[in-house]
Amino acid sequence: MTRKQRRLYFVLLGLLALGGATALVLTAMSDTLVYFYTPSQMAGKSIGPGRRLRIGGLVEQGSVAKRDSTVTFTITDLTATLPVTYTGVLPDLFREGQGVVAEGRLERDGTFHASEVLAKHDEKYMPKEVADALKKSGRWQEGAKP
Amino acid sequence: MIPETGQFALILALLVALVQSSIPLIGAARQDQAAMALARPAALAQFLLIAIAFGALMSCYVTSDFSVLNVVENSHTDKPMLYKISGVWGNHEGSMLLWVLILSLYGAAVALFGQQLPPGLKARALAVQALISVGFLLFILLTSNPFTRVDPAPLNGNGLNPLLQDPGLAFHPPFLYLGYVGFSMAFSFAIAALIEGRVNAAWARWVRPWTLAAWAALTLGIAMGSWWAYYTLGWGGWWYWDPVENASFMPWLCGTALLHSAIVVEKRDALRGWTILLAILTFSLSLLGTFLVRSGILTSVHSFASDPARGVFVLALLGIVTGGSLLLFAFRAGKLDGGGLFAPISREGALLLNNVLLATTAGAVLLGTLFPLIADALDLGKVSVGPPFFNAIFLPLMVPLVMVMAVGPFLAWKRGDLAGALGRLKFVLALSLLIALASWLIEGGSASPLWAAGGIALASWLGVSALLEWAERIKLWRAPLNGLLTRIWRAPRSAHGMTLAHFGMAITIAGITGSTAWKSEHIQVMHSGDSVDVATYRLTLDSVEDNLPGPNYTASRAHFTARKDGVVIAEMLPEKRLYRTPPRQTTQAAIHTNMLGDLYVVIGEPDPKGGYVTRLYYNPLAPWIFLGAVVMVTGGGVSLSDRRFRFGAPKRAASAVTGRA
Repeated sequence: MTRKQRRLYFVLLGLLALGGATALVLTAMSDTLVYFYTPSQMAGKSIGPGRRLRIGGLVEQGSVAKRDSTVTFTITDLTATLPVTYTGVLPDLFREGQGVVAEGRLERDGTFHASEVLAKHDEKYMPKEVADALKKSGRWQEGAKP
Repeated sequence: MIPETGQFALILALLVALVQSSIPLIGAARQDQAAMALARPAALAQFLLIAIAFGALMSCYVTSDFSVLNVVENSHTDKPMLYKISGVWGNHEGSMLLWVLILSLYGAAVALFGQQLPPGLKARALAVQALISVGFLLFILLTSNPFTRVDPAPLNGNGLNPLLQDPGLAFHPPFLYLGYVGFSMAFSFAIAALIEGRVNAAWARWVRPWTLAAWAALTLGIAMGSWWAYYTLGWGGWWYWDPVENASFMPWLCGTALLHSAIVVEKRDALRGWTILLAILTFSLSLLGTFLVRSGILTSVHSFASDPARGVFVLALLGIVTGGSLLLFAFRAGKLDGGGLFAPISREGALLLNNVLLATTAGAVLLGTLFPLIADALDLGKVSVGPPFFNAIFLPLMVPLVMVMAVGPFLAWKRGDLAGALGRLKFVLALSLLIALASWLIEGGSASPLWAAGGIALASWLGVSALLEWAERIKLWRAPLNGLLTRIWRAPRSAHGMTLAHFGMAITIAGITGSTAWKSEHIQVMHSGDSVDVATYRLTLDSVEDNLPGPNYTASRAHFTARKDGVVIAEMLPEKRLYRTPPRQTTQAAIHTNMLGDLYVVIGEPDPKGGYVTRLYYNPLAPWIFLGAVVMVTGGGVSLSDRRFRFGAPKRAASAVTGRA
């Protein structure tokens, strides 16, 4: 085998890897990308049930109710709200009035069924997406705990 | 006084690094022995000064000197001593100081142990290493000074994030940094070689031990972090594809590729340009990781604070280092052409395929990690890229990699005999299918997912073939048994290392498969006296004690009894802790392991009726994930002790190589 042939093999292998990887990434992305919305963005969109979503905002004061291991609460961005149900153990940092991100699917009755609830590991900060969304809706007060 | 000493030492270290990065470089260009020789004392002095600064910060933590802002923000007098010490790197400023400490440690190690290196290469490598130091010392002094004072000093500090107050996590950052900062050495050697325009087998032999050491440390660091996540986050998971996990995993993938391509350079003098490129990319990914963590642009457990100025600084550093070195590579790569020829089916071919797959994986993980940032910048909406994405790209790339990994060591250099190799592996294939079938039947036949059997088959394929290759190498069957120990002792250590590392990988794959496919998970509300069946165990909640005092927290502790067939096998005590400073809850899972699986118990919130939410898991083979990593690291260590890498050996080998060429 000559150098030229070997180089050809290298290039072919590289192209194959690149093409394969691109195809993989594209298919993976179309199936698995999870979009983030706030409750007010949700209100303006018609999103079919079944699509995985992330919803972020604050846990509304006084909205948390537990029944057995199922929890219901309301996520608010201070403009719109969205009812959420979740079965399981909430993260340690889950609190009323604090930032939260819920990942799951929209049910037909308009409630959001979360399969995962994330509260930021650091209570000084809220999830970045939530803070950005609050800033956008003009309800963010710099430095003050909401 | 002590903080000022630390600060002064840091400034001196910066000046020394400036000298070290310029004079030896000029000296090497002019062949001025005296100027080149300056690199050695400078590297040692730089390490000593940074160590003094680090020691100063540590003493501030140990004595709880609250006139130092960094200590106020991250420490508290109540904290146990271990966490006062680990608190030094449990924050942004301190961890950057640890970063440069390790950077200079590698420099000092090369200065001390690299007596046999050609003076030009050594001077240039140390100068490049010092250039990186200059960048990061400036970063610390300008944007993140750990020694800033506060006046008046508060009576006590804010404490350390309780999640970080854990023995597993206390030593996770140092190992992680030993790993990914360690790749700076391969990078410095690569740049030095590009400046010289010469890469040969001897070069690869000098670079390999440093890469190997960094790789082993990084493997251990990642495993420790994963283990910590497994037992403290309380979800029974051990890998989340969190951006910062990815930040350490990408250099690992790239570094693993580098480790293997350096073998090809060393043995066959081929793939030289590619190896240099990998060295550059690996360290660039380490820097990118630092940028992602430090800038806080990605939300993560690890982001200590977000400060745009810091992000911009690290981004600039990343741009200069990566851009500059790639530019240099573009100019000089042409000179590196040539080297040994090989057929596609050969040891080199298999290693090249390994490299392509690892590099592709690293690239795909990189894309997934950065995609939310890209989408945000292009206004495509806020997206998150989670485990489903990474699993979807990771598996199709890893499965062929592992399949090739088992065959590669059976192929000869230059031109391999695939049919022959597969013939020798027939028995392994049959055995691994048998193991997979057995595991599938044990786990309930059609009730268990088919891919799990595939995963176990893959793990056995790799594991058994690694053992077979080892057995053939030491002529287990072909030669009399009485010389066996001598043959094992005489065989190159690096070969034993490879066997161990590949076998460790097989153990980890089995662990990942088992814990993902056959996990049993039970979430429910339990009252005292309730029992729940988990896999083949029965777990009974006996009682819950509240308000138990700890050193700096109060805990609720549940008392579970685990029984199997009516026999008590373990008492399990999961806790929920409420820390005082900062006030925060953490979960302490109780884990009972029999090495074949983990019984994993977490206690959650009480409900109004006196019950507790509990999460009970049985994770089959979960301990193997971490056990496999430890075996891989051991393999790295054994390989590192190979004669060829001992000091003095490279010179003799080098003259042999030039003699032949």
